[in-house]
Amino acid sequence: MAKILIVDDMASMRKMVSFTLESVGHEVVQGDDGDVALEIAQNQTFDLVITDVNMPNMDGITLTKELRAIPSFKFTPILLLTTESTKDKKMSGKAAGATGWLVKPFDPDKLLATIKRVLG
Amino acid sequence: MSVDLEQFKEMFYEECTENLEGMESGLLALSEGGTDLEVVNTIFRSAHSIKGGSATFGFTSVAGFTHVMEGLLDEMREGKREAEARIVDILLESVDVLRAMLGAHQAGEEPDDERANILKKQLEDIRDGGTSSAATTSVSDTESEANSGLQGWNIIFAPHEDLLQTGNDPALMIRELQTLGALTVVLDDERLPHLDALDAELAYLQWHMTLKATDDGTVASQEDIEEIFEWVEDECDLTLEAIEEKRKAPDRRAEDRRQDDRRQGSRRSAESGAKKSTQAAASIRVGTERIDAMMDLVGELVITQSMLSQLGEDFEMSRMERLRDGLNALERNSRDLQESMMRMRMQPVSFAFNRFPRMVHDVSQKLAKQIRLEMVGEDTEMDKTVMEKLNDPLVHLVRNSMDHGLEPPEERKEAGKDSEGYVRLRAFYQGGSIVVEISDDGRGLSRDKILGKAVEKGLVSEKDAELWTDDQVFNLLFEAGFSTADKLSDLSGRGVGLDVVRRNIESLGGRVEVASTLGKGSSFSIRLPLTLAVLDGQLFRLSGQTYVLPLISIIESLQMQKELISGVGTKAEVYRLRDQYIPIIRPSECMGLHDEDASLDGALLIVVEWDNRHVGLVVDELLAQQQVVIKSLETNYKKVQGISGATILGDGTVSLIIDLAGLFELSGLMNDRAFRVAA
Amino acid sequence: MESIDITKTENQYLTFILDEEEFGVDILSVQELRGWEHATPMPNTPDWIEGVINLRGVIVPIVSLRKRFGIEHREPCPTTVVIIVKVVSGEKERVLGIVVDNVSEVYNIKESDLQPAPNMEGAISVDFVRGLATIEEKMVILLDINKLINEGVLQEVHESSVDAA
Repeated sequence: MAKILIVDDMASMRKMVSFTLESVGHEVVQGDDGDVALEIAQNQTFDLVITDVNMPNMDGITLTKELRAIPSFKFTPILLLTTESTKDKKMSGKAAGATGWLVKPFDPDKLLATIKRVLG
Repeated sequence: MSVDLEQFKEMFYEECTENLEGMESGLLALSEGGTDLEVVNTIFRSAHSIKGGSATFGFTSVAGFTHVMEGLLDEMREGKREAEARIVDILLESVDVLRAMLGAHQAGEEPDDERANILKKQLEDIRDGGTSSAATTSVSDTESEANSGLQGWNIIFAPHEDLLQTGNDPALMIRELQTLGALTVVLDDERLPHLDALDAELAYLQWHMTLKATDDGTVASQEDIEEIFEWVEDECDLTLEAIEEKRKAPDRRAEDRRQDDRRQGSRRSAESGAKKSTQAAASIRVGTERIDAMMDLVGELVITQSMLSQLGEDFEMSRMERLRDGLNALERNSRDLQESMMRMRMQPVSFAFNRFPRMVHDVSQKLAKQIRLEMVGEDTEMDKTVMEKLNDPLVHLVRNSMDHGLEPPEERKEAGKDSEGYVRLRAFYQGGSIVVEISDDGRGLSRDKILGKAVEKGLVSEKDAELWTDDQVFNLLFEAGFSTADKLSDLSGRGVGLDVVRRNIESLGGRVEVASTLGKGSSFSIRLPLTLAVLDGQLFRLSGQTYVLPLISIIESLQMQKELISGVGTKAEVYRLRDQYIPIIRPSECMGLHDEDASLDGALLIVVEWDNRHVGLVVDELLAQQQVVIKSLETNYKKVQGISGATILGDGTVSLIIDLAGLFELSGLMNDRAFRVAA
Repeated sequence: MESIDITKTENQYLTFILDEEEFGVDILSVQELRGWEHATPMPNTPDWIEGVINLRGVIVPIVSLRKRFGIEHREPCPTTVVIIVKVVSGEKERVLGIVVDNVSEVYNIKESDLQPAPNMEGAISVDFVRGLATIEEKMVILLDINKLINEGVLQEVHESSVDAA
C-alpha cells in the first residue's frame, strides 16, 4: 500500500486521519507542523502528503512550496486540508503547487475516496 | 461511519481546552489595549482549530458558532478591523459559551444553544449584515437540478502542459469518471511532439470521452463531473456538452444535514455555563524529559539487580564489600525511582493560577474597582491532586481580597494610595512545605471591628478581648458563621466561607494563616506539605563540606581582589563591586566550622540577592549546579538556623541547603541597621 | 480494663557498651543497627549531635552518647555501631541514630527485677534511667530512650512547620 505523510498541529485530527488510513493498510508518518514535516521529507519519500493549512511554525502552503523544491517530491500528490471554502485560499494552494484539497469537515469515507483520486 | 471516531474525541477535548485557554489569555491581553496582530493571529488559529476539529467530530453547533468568531478574528488579523473593547468582551463571553458547549458534549449531554445563538447573532451583527448562515459548507453540498432528459455527456479533457507538476494524474481522474457511469475514452495525441522533443515532465495528451448512464439509469450531473476535475480547473481545458432528450424527472434537493443539531435536546439552565469542568481529569500531561529520566533510572535498576544477582550466584565473604556497594546502589536506585515517580505528579502552580487573570478582570469590572493581578513563582511545582483541591480555597480567598480587602478607586485615592490596587498570588517553598500566599494592598483587617463582632457573638468577653494578640483576633475570621461584611455580596461574605477554606486546607494536612496591617493590606498564607520539593541548586564546598545554595538567589560569583576589600578583621567587611559596597559574610564562621583564618585575597565570593539587597558569601570552591530534592530536617530533628533543609547527593551523603535569612541572622548582619534599612 | 500484674511483665532489652559500662534500651524502640558512617555535621548544634545521615532517603540525626554523657570521646572504629531508634515525640515518631561502642545482647528482663537508679554523677540524669538490672553478674543500666531523646537530646522542640512525611 502507500506511504503517506500527514501534517496537522491538532493531534486529534492527525491521529484520526492516520487511523483511517492505516485501517486500510497504508503506512502513515505524522508531523505536527510544517517545519517538522519538511525535516522528515529530507530523509524519506512518500506516495502522498496530506497537510493542514493553518499551523504555528510553517503553514501548509509554504510547506507545499518547499516540498516541490525537493526533487523527490516534484510529482508527489500534496493535498491541503482546509475549511476555507472561498476560492482564493484554494487558488493560493494550487499556486504553491498543491495537487488538490480536502475540505473540512470530511468523514473518513470521503477521505479514503479522495485519496483514491491521487493514489489509484 | 466505517471508522470509529470516539477514541479521538478525548484528545480533541483536551486540545480544545488548551486552545480555549490560549484564546482567553490572548483576548485578555488584547483587552489591555492595542491590537497586536501576533496575538490576534494566535487567537484566530485557536478558533480555526476548534472549528475544524469540531466539524470533523460532528459537533456542528460548535463548529457553526466558532465559524462566526473565526470570521471576525480573520478580519482583525488582516487589519481590516480594530480589536475594540466590546468585540473583545463578546469574544470572551463566547469562549465561555464554547467551554460550556464542549463540556456538555464531553459529559454526553446536549449543549444549550440558547446563549450561543444570542452571542452568534451579536457577532454576526458586528460583522455587518451577517448574511451567510453559520453552517459550514462542504464541497459535496450538491443540489441536483431537475433532470430534463439528460442522457449523457461529451467530455473533452485537455490538460495543460504543467498539469503533472502539481502531482495530478490524468489517468486517475479518468478512472474516477468511470465510477460515474459508462465511459468511452478516445485518446487525442495531436499535441504529442517528436520523441526527441518530448519532455517527460510535461503533459501532451488529451482525451475525448462520452459518459452515459449507470446500470440503474442514473446520469451524472454537471457538478459531479466538474468535481472530479475541480483541482485542475485552471490547469486544463474541460469541455462538457450535454446529450439531451426531453423528459420529466422529479426534483431532488440535497438536505443540509447540518441544520438538525440546533433543535435538539432539553433546555438546560443558564447555569450550564458555570458548570465546572474541573472534575479531575483522569489523565495527566507529563513532559517527555521526566519519562526519559525515569527510563534511565529503570535501566540503572536493572543493572544493579543483575550485578547483585551475579554476586549471589556463588557468594563468599571476600565479596562482602561488593555486596555492600551493590546494596547501596540498590537503595539509591529505588529512591531515585520513587522520587522520579513523585516528580511526574508534580505540576507548576500556574495550572491553578491560570484562571485568575480572567476572574480578576471580570470581577474588578463588576465591582467597579481597579484591580491588578500579580503572580510570582508560578513555576513552583506541587502535586497535581493537592493542587486541584487548592482551587476552591484559592478562588474564595482571591474573591475575598477583591470584595472586602480592596477599596474602590476614590477611597484608595483618599487614603493616599494608587487608584489601582493589586492582588498578589505567590508560591514558594519553605522547609518541607509549599506556601501559597494571597495578598493585597487593600484596607487590611480591623482588629477593633473583628473583636467587636466577636464580643457581639459572645465568642469572647470585652475584658479578655483586650489581652488577645492580633494573630488571635485575626484567626477569628476562620470561625464558622463569622463575617464582618456589612452587606452580603453575591461573591462572598455569607460567613460560610473562611471556615470551609480552613477545613479544606487542614484536610490536606496544611495550615492557613492570615497577617494584616490596617490600611496597608492583608495576606493569607496557605501552607501545604510537599510530597516532593525540588530546588535548582548551586553546590559549593566550604571547610571540606558540600553545601547547596538556591540558584535563583545567586547573582554572580567572583574572585576577590585585595584592593577592593575593606574593613578586614572587623565585623563589617565589605567588598566594592562596581558601584556597590557589598557586605561580606563568612559562612564558615557563622556556622561554627573549622576554618584556617584564610585571607580574603583571591578568595571566592558568591554574591547573592536577598530581599533586594546584595550580600557576598565567602566559599572555598564552586561545584556543580543541579536539581536537588529537598529533604526535611524537621522530620526527625528540628529546625536548624541557617539551614532550610537537606539533600542527598549522588554518592548518598547528605548535603545541607543554606537558608539565607537564617545565615544573615547568624552572621549578625541583621543587627546592622544600615543593612536592614537599605533597600 | 483488666488489671495487669506489672511485676510479671517482661521486656526485651538490647544492651550495648559505652566505655565499658553496659546500657540497655527497650528492643521495641530499636529499628535497626548500622555500622558507623560519616555524618554531615550541622551548624550551631550541640556537640553531641554528630550530624545527619541518609537512611534510605530520610534525613536522620546521629547522636553521640559518649559526648552526651560526658565520656571521653573515642574515634569510631570497626566495631562502632549506630543503633537506629524510633521514639515518640509529641504527636509523631522520630527516628534517630545513637552511636555506641558496640552492641552486646538481647535480654529478657522482668520489670520486677529492676532496681531503682541511685543518684549518679555525670550527665546521665536519673530521669533518663528506667532502672538497674543485674544480668550474669553484670550491672546494666536500662535507659528510657524516649525521655533521653526528647528531653536530653532534642530539648525544646518547636513544631514550627508542617513537615513532609
